[in-house]
Amino acid sequence: MNLQIRPILVALRRHKAGTLLIVLQIALTLAIVCNALFIIQARLANLAVVSGVDEANVFVVANMWAGIDESTPQVDALVRADLLALRQLPAVLDATPASGYPLKGLGWDNFVTMTPEQTKPTTDTAVYTGDEHFIDTLGLKLVAGRNFHPDEVLPMGAQQALTPPAVIVSKALADRLFPGGNALGKSFYTMGTAPTTVVGIVDTLQRQGVDRWSRTHAGESLIWPIRADDPRGVYYVVRAKPGQLADAMREAPKALYAQSRLRIIEPKDGIQDYATIRHKVYDSDRGMAILMGVICVVLLAITAAGIVGLTSFWVGQRRRQIGVRRALGARQRDILAYFLTENFLISAAGVVLGIVLAVGFNLWTVTHFQLGRLSLDYVAIGVLVLLVLGQGAVLAPALRASRVPPVEATRSV
Amino acid sequence: MFGYYLDLALHSLKRNRVLTALMVMTLALGIGASMTTLTVLHVLSGDPLPGRSGQLYYPQLDPRDMDGYHPGDEPMAQVTWVDGMNLLHAARADRQALMTGGAVPIQPADSAIDPFYEDARYTTADFFPMFQVPFLYGHPWSGADDEAHARVVVLSRGMNDKLFGGKDSTGQTLRMNDAAFRVVGVLDSWRPSPHFYDVNMGNYSDSEGVFVPLSASRDVRLSRNGSIDCWGKGGGDDDHIETSPCVWLQYWVQLDTPAKASAYKEYLTHYVQEQKALGRFQRPPNVRLRGLTEWLDYNKVVPSDVRLQMWLALGFLLVCLVNTMGLMLTKFLRRRGELGVRRALGASRRAVFAQLLVESGIVGVVGGAIGLLLALLGLWIVRRQPSDYAELAHLDASMLLITLVLAVCASLAAGLLPSWRACQIAPALQLKSN
Repeated sequence: MNLQIRPILVALRRHKAGTLLIVLQIALTLAIVCNALFIIQARLANLAVVSGVDEANVFVVANMWAGIDESTPQVDALVRADLLALRQLPAVLDATPASGYPLKGLGWDNFVTMTPEQTKPTTDTAVYTGDEHFIDTLGLKLVAGRNFHPDEVLPMGAQQALTPPAVIVSKALADRLFPGGNALGKSFYTMGTAPTTVVGIVDTLQRQGVDRWSRTHAGESLIWPIRADDPRGVYYVVRAKPGQLADAMREAPKALYAQSRLRIIEPKDGIQDYATIRHKVYDSDRGMAILMGVICVVLLAITAAGIVGLTSFWVGQRRRQIGVRRALGARQRDILAYFLTENFLISAAGVVLGIVLAVGFNLWTVTHFQLGRLSLDYVAIGVLVLLVLGQGAVLAPALRASRVPPVEATRSV
Repeated sequence: MFGYYLDLALHSLKRNRVLTALMVMTLALGIGASMTTLTVLHVLSGDPLPGRSGQLYYPQLDPRDMDGYHPGDEPMAQVTWVDGMNLLHAARADRQALMTGGAVPIQPADSAIDPFYEDARYTTADFFPMFQVPFLYGHPWSGADDEAHARVVVLSRGMNDKLFGGKDSTGQTLRMNDAAFRVVGVLDSWRPSPHFYDVNMGNYSDSEGVFVPLSASRDVRLSRNGSIDCWGKGGGDDDHIETSPCVWLQYWVQLDTPAKASAYKEYLTHYVQEQKALGRFQRPPNVRLRGLTEWLDYNKVVPSDVRLQMWLALGFLLVCLVNTMGLMLTKFLRRRGELGVRRALGASRRAVFAQLLVESGIVGVVGGAIGLLLALLGLWIVRRQPSDYAELAHLDASMLLITLVLAVCASLAAGLLPSWRACQIAPALQLKSN
């Protein structure tokens, strides 16, 4: 095909203002769309985090005590009785007390050091407490070592600082602390003088938090054999038998209230299945991704409309010239090619400017919002989308132009 | 003349309805999106206590040991029980209050209401006058009540409605954690936003339902919520928290003049030196006395997502403006012939310019009005989100004014270049070519 670029450029020089505006619009659209796509991807990656929990069958009861005897042995007796009652329910497979659970949002975490004297921590770990049923209840996979023995489980009162001698760690934490390999039998310290020794390693156990701090320590967590006997309350994590989640969630509060009425389980959010927990903790990420998606779509639509509008005008303005070209022997597809090429040149200019703007905007967000560096993949996707969009938008007016009959050359108006 | 221009403009806008609708909607979307995000940002970065915030300060000390010491480190964000009490009793500021958050189990006298947990604030007497908290019934407790560990309580208006059906409940008894507290006051509606006095407890959350003297809250072991930071061999053990090396209390002071503020800062440095001499502190004096606004900025209270959204929305508005400008230019240039005739018949360049500006002005006003509706819709969507600031997202008078100004400026900006470009037409050329 014989493309005539020079005449196109000469013609565009007669429409400076319009051309510049459309170049600017394409550039700005590209800058925003690239960055929005990048943000969407980052947020969606958060949503896909694997918790390690058997999410289809596990739910959590937030049990708050009210008006009980607050001494630790008394609270411990209540917790033990509750657990017994929960485990006996027909729809329930297992249950454990806990001070927190994965994807809870906020939660307990500790700095880890390899010696008690070390001042700069080696890493930060999420802390879970539970009894010997914790691993089975959450559905975690033990990849090395053993589970806790029942006699290892210690009762722990209100905000008491306790370092049990035995600990089960997630594989991520084991790898971080002991990169050399086998962590079993090795010890570390968590802001105290007493060491804690690894007796088991579980495969994946996500942290409670999903914020930026937690993401830098993703998956690093430990389990201590502790029954949390806080007089304020306790979480019961319960695993239903497969397919009996709804039954178990109905039975659990009844069984607990039958044990004792000195408790508060909020009717609204006292009992949550994992679908709800996951939905809640990622609300803002999902919201941001949706918002960015909407912005992208609307922006692209507006830009396409702008291109259609401007090209239609140019076609209308040049009907006579097109007629003259047709009369002098240009074929329909030459006219079509003219407008497609013209749009391609404009889009290319916009895209080049847009890449600069996109990278500039990203660098600005890196310093101001601690976002990551824009990967060039997103720029490439954005460029492709805008070029295709431009060609698509110009197609209808260009086709109309190509149908201008040669006789148009002879008409005066 | 304006009437005539208006007539011409409407006529021309009606002639190409699709293009007009496209211009109006583009502008409206841009204005709607940017107004929604600007309003959210405006609400979130608002002054929680207009008129008083300039006199409120948040002292910070560094009571840690030398472990992990780096010169230039920020001091701690809260104070220990010992320091808080020392500073409170020294009473060197115009007003001062020590506080922390918590949650208490409430056992209503009315057996129709099940027991429930409610967010509480344990604080000292000056909290109420210092933060200009409005009272519906009764009055705050006094400094003497603090000293006497009096079992008194102040309820929020919502809590009073829930427990006592909105009646004056002063003098009534409220059971919390198996202890009896006497109601001395009920607040009127009060929701400072941000929740500035304790940024660990949800920056835009509702204020607490019950307020109890700090001393009494420790006596009956009401449970504590919020951030706690320990060092050395400190543990956050609730029974020994008064003596542990842990910070867990917020301390606020009111200093009426800048001179008093600088004097108070000197006093804090002096206090640290004194504690160092006593052997309690080890680090060199490192005190901060941030004003309320500065403290909120330092804590980055406004979520960064909200700021990012605002910048993206402004970028979006810019694209919309450029787009409208392009369409407007197209439209005006298409009417070269008509404009040429007007010029040839004696209309001055200015007159043509004014005529076109009126036309773009109409697009702007209509676009702005629809944009305002879209902003209201956007805010309605924001309010339905589960974030803790959701219910604050309302358009106030100042933001309404800004919207209107933005709409007019945007449409003028979009109309200016096309109008100017179109009135450059040489009339003779246009007539000849036709």
